[in-house]
Amino acid sequence: MRRQSHKVLAVGAICALAAIVAGCGSSSSSSVPGVTSTSITFGTHQPLTGPAAPGYSEIAPASQAFFNYLNAQGGINGRKINLIIKNDEYNPAKTVTVVHELVLQDNVFGIFEGLGTPTHTKVVGYLNSSKVPDMFVASGCACWDNGTAQPYTFGWQPNYTIEGKILGQYIKQHFAGKKVGVFYQDDDFGTGGLTGIKYELPASQIVSAQPYQPGGTNVAPQISAIKAAGAEVLVDFTVPIYTALGQLTSFTLGYKPQLVVSNVGIDPTTVGGLLKTFSKGKAGTELIEGAITDGYLPSVSETSNPWIALFKKVHEKYDASAPFDGNVEYGMANAYTLAQSLQLAGKKLTREDLVNAVNSMGSKLTGPGLVPFRYSTTVHGGYSGVEMGQVRNSQIVLFGGPLVTEPTAGSAITPYTTAQPAPPASGVSVP
Amino acid sequence: MLGAFDDLELANGAYYFAALAGLTVLTGLSGQISLGHGAMMAVGAYTVALLIGNEHWALVPALLAAIVISAVVGVAVGAAASRLRGPYLAGATLAFAIGLPAIADQYSSTLGGENGLVINPPTPPSWLGANFPLERWEAWIACAGALVVLFVMNNLVHSGIGRAFRAVRDDEIAASLCGLHVGGVQTLAFIVSAACAGLAGGLLTVVLQLAAPGAFQLALSLSLLTAVVLGGLGSLVGAIWGAALLVLLPTWTNDLANSFSLSTNVSNNLPLAIYGFVLIAAMLLWPGGIQAGARAIVSRVRHSRVPGGS
Repeated sequence: MRRQSHKVLAVGAICALAAIVAGCGSSSSSSVPGVTSTSITFGTHQPLTGPAAPGYSEIAPASQAFFNYLNAQGGINGRKINLIIKNDEYNPAKTVTVVHELVLQDNVFGIFEGLGTPTHTKVVGYLNSSKVPDMFVASGCACWDNGTAQPYTFGWQPNYTIEGKILGQYIKQHFAGKKVGVFYQDDDFGTGGLTGIKYELPASQIVSAQPYQPGGTNVAPQISAIKAAGAEVLVDFTVPIYTALGQLTSFTLGYKPQLVVSNVGIDPTTVGGLLKTFSKGKAGTELIEGAITDGYLPSVSETSNPWIALFKKVHEKYDASAPFDGNVEYGMANAYTLAQSLQLAGKKLTREDLVNAVNSMGSKLTGPGLVPFRYSTTVHGGYSGVEMGQVRNSQIVLFGGPLVTEPTAGSAITPYTTAQPAPPASGVSVP
Repeated sequence: MLGAFDDLELANGAYYFAALAGLTVLTGLSGQISLGHGAMMAVGAYTVALLIGNEHWALVPALLAAIVISAVVGVAVGAAASRLRGPYLAGATLAFAIGLPAIADQYSSTLGGENGLVINPPTPPSWLGANFPLERWEAWIACAGALVVLFVMNNLVHSGIGRAFRAVRDDEIAASLCGLHVGGVQTLAFIVSAACAGLAGGLLTVVLQLAAPGAFQLALSLSLLTAVVLGGLGSLVGAIWGAALLVLLPTWTNDLANSFSLSTNVSNNLPLAIYGFVLIAAMLLWPGGIQAGARAIVSRVRHSRVPGGS
């Protein structure tokens, strides 16, 4: 018996070795992965479950809905756009696994709208070394904005430092001299926003900056510390669930500062729903009423805006099970930008063609955005600014006109006055 | 021929095997339960990430350090474990599994918090050629580690130490009458399995190029234990089955869930439900694990061929 089990193990080991050695001779195919004459396939990693899922899980299905709308009209350059959505639970370790699956097993043409700063930072190196287009990451981290070191990665939404600067300027102008506390996610998302605020506000005005780790549910230590420091203005660089937890904690502590929230953490439908769930119906959107925020797309409440009308129409036809909110708008607007880039890249398509198209023409793209893109060969950041906004009657109302700037200290914040063009009757329009 | 994705799955399976081999020795041979092996892997993973990422150590010394450091942690946990029995031991190791990854959040400046620590991918040596795929090199590294574990564990199982483990498992009083130091033997089993888990964690870091708390959640500890039981407790071949299941089952359940067109709320959670169902079915069909099931089938075939054979 003892002999025999030795033998079994030895055979097993030899088989394992043989399997590996046999793998030596495989060759790579020459055709472009993920592309046929009638279709193109992208993949994405999304938090369908886990701490970032509330709200954000609607984004990729909305993009898919917009692709379905375009596909029904014949697609882009005769190709239908497919999107494979994989759940990474906002867990960086899972992100690495699912992105490898998408690239190696599903043979996608590229990754589109990969969501999250802590997650996507773990695959940027891999995607660029494998020369896989990494289009329009769903995060405003400055880490995507490096066309020289990461030629295949493109950001999309405004860089958090740009957003932080514009929020910081507003606080400087409208809450002059008031003590400011910052509650932020402990990664490049939160610190990027904090950096922008510090560029605009004097250091003495920021009395407390408290980070949180995504995953925990107790934020009382952070909010108590901010309250104890006497902050009259609370700035949140948080994902929706932590905006809700923060506000509930403030409410419990009897702390009522002026709230200022990054555009990624304020969608009233999402945050209101979370507040209602967490408080078992006792609280809702009134806890974020009056919060200052910003936006770079028209507010979903502006039903007269032709882009909102288009997205609403697509939503009703292809994505009706989700609420029509800022997350759905985000997914559709980002899908529009990808479709435009594919249109520019042309019928004969390689991975490099798509990258080159955005490098050369990306800054001229117009669409649902209120501000222009910053794209060039070296700059791979997305939208160049935001418009200030406020939560009024559980809806975001934008005011004051779009502002643009660069994510650097001292660069001027200037108004952007070019009017937004209307959407085309069908398909996408490119310059 | 293995494609890049198969290489990656092989690498994943190999480091899982290293952890499972250690756990099967601990639970199957020495009779102690551990719900904290995911945390042991985290110790190895962070050791490798810090040594390669910050101190620029070479791969092999970093992996050896991961084995040593996690063995040292194993001494501490094992010493406590040898004083605990049954549910108390399970509870203590469970606390270890939940508590340890939180240290990364506590010291986020060194350990990177939820964001984790990132290392550069290992570079295949130049004699393998310029186009040697990274995934294959990772698979080779992980398989080499797994083979070392297989060799050492197989010898250990059949040595005096292995017999001491079994003696302590079967009857502690009889074992101590035979002159065995029961607590010492139990601690040794913990150290051995912690060292295996540490190596597994180190290999995981090399394959994922990442050490983050998200990789070592409680679910990992529980699925490791599930895999050794499902593979066949106490058998190294069972650990191979278990590793294969850990790698293949999630992919299969996901594919199965996606093959039905269901609302996203259902299909997102369906893989977990299928996983649970498979576990229940396997436990009902093969209570002794896949390895015991396979043995029963083999012996039945032999019996039918050689009437009256042993």
